[in-house]
Amino acid sequence: MGLFILRRSGVMIITALCLTFIVFFLTNLYPNLEKLAKTEGNFRMSDEAVASWLDKNGYAQPMIVKYGQWLGVVPGWTRVGEDGTTGRCIKGAVDPTAAAEAPQFCGILQGDWGYSTRFKTGVGDIIQTRLGNTGYLMMWVLILMIPSALIVGVLAGMREGSATDRSLSTLSIMTTATPEYVSGVIFIAVFASSTVGLKWFKGTATAAMENPTFENFFLPVLTIALYGMGYIARMTRASMTEVMTAQYVRTARLKGVSFPNIVLKHALRNALIAPFTVIMLQFPWLLNGVVIVESLFNYKGFGWALVEAASNNDIELLLAVSVVSVVVVLLTQLISDIGYVFLNPRIRIS
Amino acid sequence: MDPLTWTGTLAFLNPLFAIALIALAAAIVIWMLLSIAAAGSRQVANADGSVTLAGNPQAIASLGLRIAFIAVALIALAYLLLGLLLGSGAGIVGAISRQLLPTWTALALLFGLSVSFKRRLGLYGKLFDSPIGLIGFALVMFWVFTGIFAAMDLIATHDPLSQVSGMKNKLPGTPVRGAEAGEYGWYLLGGDNLARDVFSRMVKGAWEVLKYAPLATLFAFMVGITLGLPAGYYGGRLDTALSFLANLILAFPVILLFYLLVTPEIVATGLPQFMAVVLFAFPIIFCGVLIHSRFRTQPKKNKRWMIAVLLPVFLTYMSLINSAGSKIDFWPLDFFDIPGGVLVVFVSVVFVNSPTVFRIVRGLAMDIKTRDYVAAAQTRGERPWYIMLWEILPNVRGPLIVDFCLRIGYTTILLGTLGFFGLGLPPESPDWGSTINDGRKLLQIYLHPALPPAVALMTMVLGLNLLADGLREESLKD
Repeated sequence: MGLFILRRSGVMIITALCLTFIVFFLTNLYPNLEKLAKTEGNFRMSDEAVASWLDKNGYAQPMIVKYGQWLGVVPGWTRVGEDGTTGRCIKGAVDPTAAAEAPQFCGILQGDWGYSTRFKTGVGDIIQTRLGNTGYLMMWVLILMIPSALIVGVLAGMREGSATDRSLSTLSIMTTATPEYVSGVIFIAVFASSTVGLKWFKGTATAAMENPTFENFFLPVLTIALYGMGYIARMTRASMTEVMTAQYVRTARLKGVSFPNIVLKHALRNALIAPFTVIMLQFPWLLNGVVIVESLFNYKGFGWALVEAASNNDIELLLAVSVVSVVVVLLTQLISDIGYVFLNPRIRIS
Repeated sequence: MDPLTWTGTLAFLNPLFAIALIALAAAIVIWMLLSIAAAGSRQVANADGSVTLAGNPQAIASLGLRIAFIAVALIALAYLLLGLLLGSGAGIVGAISRQLLPTWTALALLFGLSVSFKRRLGLYGKLFDSPIGLIGFALVMFWVFTGIFAAMDLIATHDPLSQVSGMKNKLPGTPVRGAEAGEYGWYLLGGDNLARDVFSRMVKGAWEVLKYAPLATLFAFMVGITLGLPAGYYGGRLDTALSFLANLILAFPVILLFYLLVTPEIVATGLPQFMAVVLFAFPIIFCGVLIHSRFRTQPKKNKRWMIAVLLPVFLTYMSLINSAGSKIDFWPLDFFDIPGGVLVVFVSVVFVNSPTVFRIVRGLAMDIKTRDYVAAAQTRGERPWYIMLWEILPNVRGPLIVDFCLRIGYTTILLGTLGFFGLGLPPESPDWGSTINDGRKLLQIYLHPALPPAVALMTMVLGLNLLADGLREESLKD
């Protein structure tokens, strides 16, 4: 088991390195840097001015060196100019003695996430506050989504082909066919529109960042939860129908165990193994939904930061966002693997 | 001209329709509650020794449900048929129904022919036995025909890009100000915030989806099959390497990848074109290997087939990747140019979809390679690629066809996401995602610009999902 976790973690770290390098490569392509130089400097810069600006700010180094510096395994660049020494780990231009005292390495391994050119603050702070907002959103999404998906799936799967099964399955297909940007628009139209709607909820969640209430927070949560719910419910149903045809369930029925007892005590635990992995693997898609819903409901969280960073070519923020999302995705995969082994005794023993 | 109401002279049907709808909703709820509470039908032994199922509350509820459903369907049909006859006399519904006449004709023809020959049509024919599959197929074909006829300019009432002054955010059924003879007199589903016709944009949007989604899915399948079969069949180090790559792409949050790939700056570097060079090469490899593995022992036939298939495919490939004034510009026979923005959308959708297809094909290949007929082919001395493409692939077609349907729906959602974030597609483009994005800004006040494309996208993806479900059900039956 220890070896298994170790090997999985090793693969995970390699994957994370590969992925961050890809993001690094894409954000540091020359046209992107040129755009950055022009937004930071001025828009009428000549090509030479762009080149010298990039050189002055350390962007002109080879890609792999820059990646190493960002990661914190290669010493940050320094440069002695007319008005003092500048460098990756130095704020502004300083005299040589202060430059010598500055740390040599400053990458994410040292906890230095860089500086956001869009928000004009440290990336670490932005990530922390934005992730907090999104974490709160996700918590309620999971609280709403997982129990309802499991209940729907179990109810549908316990009697295959029954009326409940058919109607609940159709319902789950409908929710999987409705992406967030469609269901969000429909919900706002029905529940929040100021002209014809029911006006039960608020159409924006901006106020929910300080003061989340049922009125301003329910629609975004429901929108994300609904899209994922259908899929998890269908997987739970498939797993439940499989368990209900198993030999031991038949034995229990023949013994005369009551139907609710069979479902709750015999079938349920075994039927929940497969949905566990599905729920864990659903996280990358939830991240997708978060981005859409946060822009739709104007909730300034992690997804909103991603959109802002990407549309303003804020390289360091974009990198931090991708590191966080990649780590979240890989961690959930790891948990799903380990959890699967723990839940399934047949695998644990072999 | 007067503004149109929703149903015009057919308004007498509205209360009936409302009653039928309420009855249907009530019937569904009762039916579901009963099915949880009741223990199913009871068997009654007759005096002659036979057994019949006793009538129970559930059966009655099911009958009620059926009647309510038929009533709703009949009244909806009446709206459409009478609307077809009366045109704009029957309000917006009638006018839209009249406008969609080519679609109705094509649907009627297709279903008439298919149902009458369904016993000879294999899996496709069996689809007409499953109500779920039938509904899904009808929804999908509705949008397919609407898209095709919209592209032929048979359905749209106005130009999807032209703006008519005074029509900004106007409600559905508003007459067009200063419409000349020969122009259509109304904005059937209202005007959007740039005074364009919502109805025309919606039907044109169907064509936008049809242009990209099936082709992108097909390419993703070519990539997935060409890499997944050897990975599953050989296993070992090749499998490890390819699976690692696939997992790498899968671990990438899709939206981040889109934001990184689909920007004008990245298009300027030529990166999407290089990706296209790699990804679009797979159909050529696939076709080449497919033919060669089959006719390896008949060189003459092999050569003839190779030339007949590979030459047009290769020319299309070169025209696809070669584009004047870009990074790849050397091929003289360039028949058409794909705009950079469209190419990058296409490439990224293929790129995101192919690892999932790869995993499915790999899993299926691993399962099938242990079968006896594969062992028989190996003993016969067949080459590995022959076994993969002509023994394994035909035998996994069922799950692949089902996944193909699901994946087109998923691709449609992805394209909508791209449009929703204003990535890649031209800003004026009438595709559904962009239209929803345009409409959502004023959603609190005006619903009509955002709702039609949203409902259109939902019904299309729902249709594809139901179709896939029906296909799965029917293919499992034998």
